[in-house]
Amino acid sequence: MADEEKKEVTTSGEAPEAAAPASPAAPSAPAPRHYGRGPGGPGGRRPGGPGGRPGGRGEGGPRKFFRRKKVCKFCVEKIDSINYKDVRLLQQFVAERGKIVPRRLTGVCTPHQRRLTAAIKQARNIALLPFAARY
Amino acid sequence: MDQHQRTYEVMYIVRPDLAEEETERVISTVESGATAAGLTVKNVERMGKRRLAYKVRKFQDGLYVLLTVEGAGGAVAELERRLRVAESVIKYITVRVDEEQKRLAKIKKIRDSKVRQRPQTAEAATGSEPAPATA
Repeated sequence: MADEEKKEVTTSGEAPEAAAPASPAAPSAPAPRHYGRGPGGPGGRRPGGPGGRPGGRGEGGPRKFFRRKKVCKFCVEKIDSINYKDVRLLQQFVAERGKIVPRRLTGVCTPHQRRLTAAIKQARNIALLPFAARY
Repeated sequence: MDQHQRTYEVMYIVRPDLAEEETERVISTVESGATAAGLTVKNVERMGKRRLAYKVRKFQDGLYVLLTVEGAGGAVAELERRLRVAESVIKYITVRVDEEQKRLAKIKKIRDSKVRQRPQTAEAATGSEPAPATA
């Protein structure tokens, strides 16, 4: 993951944002495969909320940690339909235990997260995705 | 009230322990049931045997069938009642798809018109559009 973070999308020319909340190795966090586009995804990502980790601060000084700016996979790859049948896609946004991964970790924009959540819930209902993984 | 012609997807799971012809019979029964309820069957797609994400009626796998129908909401309710009664259908879900299709068509139209506006950039990348010049 650290390597990926180095590959920050600097095409946008924007200054790196202040500490987004740490994403502690979300296993299902999607790794967008191409960064063809700069900014402009609707809604987009937002800088870390007030709950950012204290270690991640330091807007004044030189940044030690270069956090890849999270982008919405659906905006970047222009995935229009989030369908409950597309298990492979939905699975990327479901944690091991079957929980829906929050936007804060995946970087999905609000409109897409809403659709995603609905699709995951539909998929659960028809036994394509688990409500909770058994242990 | 239910005069609107709408498109629905009914996905249902047939129990896996039936014989081939038995399964076929169930599927055709559902299809004729949909017709009897006043729906137009658009498509029947067998999605094959799949492992269920959780146990349903003590079955670990199931035969997924996707039925696309068009008709009024009341007729769909009737079809659902039939599915509930059917012994060999272990689970089903109905999703209204026409609104979504409309939305997708709209997006596609917008995108196509954009492509026409700047054909040279559109040629360069089909999957991922290059960043706008302003970025």
